[in-house]
Amino acid sequence: MSYDDLIKEYESKLPGRLIEDFRKQAEEFNLSKQDAKKVLQALEKKYIESKINPGEAIGIITAESFGEPGTQMTLRTFHLAGVAEANITLGLPRLIEIFDARKDISTPTMEIYLKKDVKTDEKTLDKIISKIKEIKLEEVLKEISINIIKLHIELSLNKSRLSDLDLTEEQVFKTIKSSFKNCEVMNNDGVITLKPKAKEVTLSVVYSLKEKVKSTPVKGIQGITQVLPVKRKDGELLLMSSGSNLSKVLEIEEVDATRTMTNDLFEIAKIFGIEAARQAIINEASKVIQDQALDIDERHIMFISDAMTTTGVIKGITRSGISGEKESVLARASFETPVVHLVNASLVGEVDYLNSVIENVLLNQPVPLGTGLPDLITHMREK
Amino acid sequence: MAKEKLDISKHILVPKHTKLSDEEVKSLLEEYNISLKQLPKILKNDPAISDLGAKPGDVIKIERHSPTVGKTYYYRVVSNA
Repeated sequence: MSYDDLIKEYESKLPGRLIEDFRKQAEEFNLSKQDAKKVLQALEKKYIESKINPGEAIGIITAESFGEPGTQMTLRTFHLAGVAEANITLGLPRLIEIFDARKDISTPTMEIYLKKDVKTDEKTLDKIISKIKEIKLEEVLKEISINIIKLHIELSLNKSRLSDLDLTEEQVFKTIKSSFKNCEVMNNDGVITLKPKAKEVTLSVVYSLKEKVKSTPVKGIQGITQVLPVKRKDGELLLMSSGSNLSKVLEIEEVDATRTMTNDLFEIAKIFGIEAARQAIINEASKVIQDQALDIDERHIMFISDAMTTTGVIKGITRSGISGEKESVLARASFETPVVHLVNASLVGEVDYLNSVIENVLLNQPVPLGTGLPDLITHMREK
Repeated sequence: MAKEKLDISKHILVPKHTKLSDEEVKSLLEEYNISLKQLPKILKNDPAISDLGAKPGDVIKIERHSPTVGKTYYYRVVSNA
């Protein structure tokens, strides 16, 4: 029996998932048209009943829902993730990072998925990893020294290491040459020499140059210090990196650009846009919550994430983020650094319309919540 | 080396973005009894809408997949800066 015409009628009244569930159940029990209609009517009634009432303080409910389990989280936070020996910030510190929308997070990581047709034997993996991981010059050096008399740096390269990394001496020489334009770079039979072009060269200049030379990247993607292959539960192999550089990693041929992800929310917002960032906030927060075996309804997470992204950019729940953008002076002052807000507001003569909750609490007035929300507005007739 | 531009719309994090016509915007605002200013915003240089040619003031319809209700729609108004 088909319920399509019935479903069509209720499509605008019920959410998609409920309709799908209904369709499945109705087909399973082979409901008659009449019964099906009764079920739909009951569903609609229940659905309307379960909606949040206008004026309900959902923000406070969300805050409480995070606050209570959050207190239990603090006790067991700083520990190793156990995932491939990589140390990743977890628990409360990570949750704070997410909701404060910190720009530089303490452990940026990426989950790099490979395209389905990429083989995952050791050799190809090593090759892909060497494309991603940042290799500094010091890792391919055999020797580096300062010639005190001639005041230049002499270095020679480790050839077997170079061939492991698919590099040639020539390439390294070129990278050094292009990254040290103010130096004379020469190659004499495998010994590369660098001499600063400045008129007066002191030993300390050469010494600091040596340190700079050592940390010159010669291969890979800037900022990615470690890449490890990790097997997921379903058997798929993925690469976890410490350090994050989404735009560069996505350019690599073998990388699956449809699933690769970073835990740096701002990078996601920059490359994939605000909607993707919203989803990323939800994913990252849920990860922490599941990891800690807490039970917080996903609607709360969705709500916070929506609130953080309504302006089109990620705003943290801080005094410089959404809490600092509230319209009311008193509401802002009651969050953090009250004096600053009050002084600034009085300097420009801001007006507080007392439209929201906290300012009315401060002034001992009924708050516009629940039954306090509806107001009687009268248009006075002009005489 | 010329690289083809990354197609971000295929990424699992990116939902479908479409631009609403003027009539659709009008009926949307009427349905919710709101003004354009009250909608959530999306920057005009947001990478997800770069192909839509949206101008500030346009409304973008976003097809989200919510774990609670399945497919839902969300609307954002294109804003400057």
